[in-house]
Amino acid sequence: MLESIFYIFLFQLVGEMVQKYFTLTIPGPVIGLVLLLTTLLILGRNKTAFKLKLEKGLTTTSEYLLSHLPLLFVPIGVGVVMHVSFLEGQLLSVLLVIFVGTVLTVGFTAFVMEKIQNLVSRSD
Amino acid sequence: MTEEQRLYSIWVYLQAEPLFWLTLTIGAYLVGDYCYRRTNLFPLFNPVALGIIIVSAVLLTFNVQYERYFEGAKFIHFLLGPATVSLAIPIYRKWDLITANAISILSTVLLGSLFAIIITYMLAQFFMLDREILLSLLPRSVTAPIAMGISELIGGIPSLTAIITIITGIIGAAFGTFTLDLLRVKKMSARGFAIGLASHGIGTARAMSRDETAGVFAAVAMGLSGIVTALIVPLFIYLLKI
Repeated sequence: MLESIFYIFLFQLVGEMVQKYFTLTIPGPVIGLVLLLTTLLILGRNKTAFKLKLEKGLTTTSEYLLSHLPLLFVPIGVGVVMHVSFLEGQLLSVLLVIFVGTVLTVGFTAFVMEKIQNLVSRSD
Repeated sequence: MTEEQRLYSIWVYLQAEPLFWLTLTIGAYLVGDYCYRRTNLFPLFNPVALGIIIVSAVLLTFNVQYERYFEGAKFIHFLLGPATVSLAIPIYRKWDLITANAISILSTVLLGSLFAIIITYMLAQFFMLDREILLSLLPRSVTAPIAMGISELIGGIPSLTAIITIITGIIGAAFGTFTLDLLRVKKMSARGFAIGLASHGIGTARAMSRDETAGVFAAVAMGLSGIVTALIVPLFIYLLKI
């Protein structure tokens, strides 16, 4: 467990460093994600005992962290509520734009994805 | 010291300690989660939304500054980074499924991101919002750090974009599943992908806590749409001369 926490932190650290060094708009943790995924895919070719142990540890740790992922958004969400006066008179219209826009985007995206998946599987 | 003064001094002590705010945050989330399960997954009782409402109500009632609360809650907030990195592991485990869906993933990311930008633009025009607010709204469906970067680049207000992004996430997490049920979308891959694309990390968190395949596709959609949106939005503004 401790080993896998170390690796996760390490990859985030490298991600943050890459982001700062190249002044990218992509956040450090996302770069860390890509780097960790690439590393796992490269290592994945040969299954050594060390690698299997590491993979097992990482799976346990990530499953635990990710099962409570929504909780991690509470602190920043409270900040939104406390600072919402920022929008003043336009709050209601902005909320409507967000609500309608998000629901339509979810619907459209799922519809397109299913249609393309069906097209691809039919042509196989 | 009277009883009241003693209680007050305990409150003063607790306020300055992270322990109190951490306990409150986790407790509020658990209450939200409990209500969500008890009401049979009713979308308005989303654990994140309820958790936020409960904590905010406590802060407003006792007149606590957000900065003071965040001093404690930042330990939970910190875990967002490692949690994002650890998304690599389920993606790695489902890698075969992702490569098998490469064509639909790449084309849907383009169409979906474009749709999110255009629909936001049209709705903002319809409600006659100020230009600055419109620009702050355009990148709203991607993860906050990327959205803020885009907003700054195109002349929006980055802190306003951050707020809008979080609200988008909560709405996607709360009403996404409901919308997909209404449209009878069955495939977990398409369901997760749509929620991740439209509502980034908060939507992905929701998808991940329900189904691993949906969560993995949400995470992939979130990452790819972040990159695609960062490229499309400036181009969109240039072409429309907003």
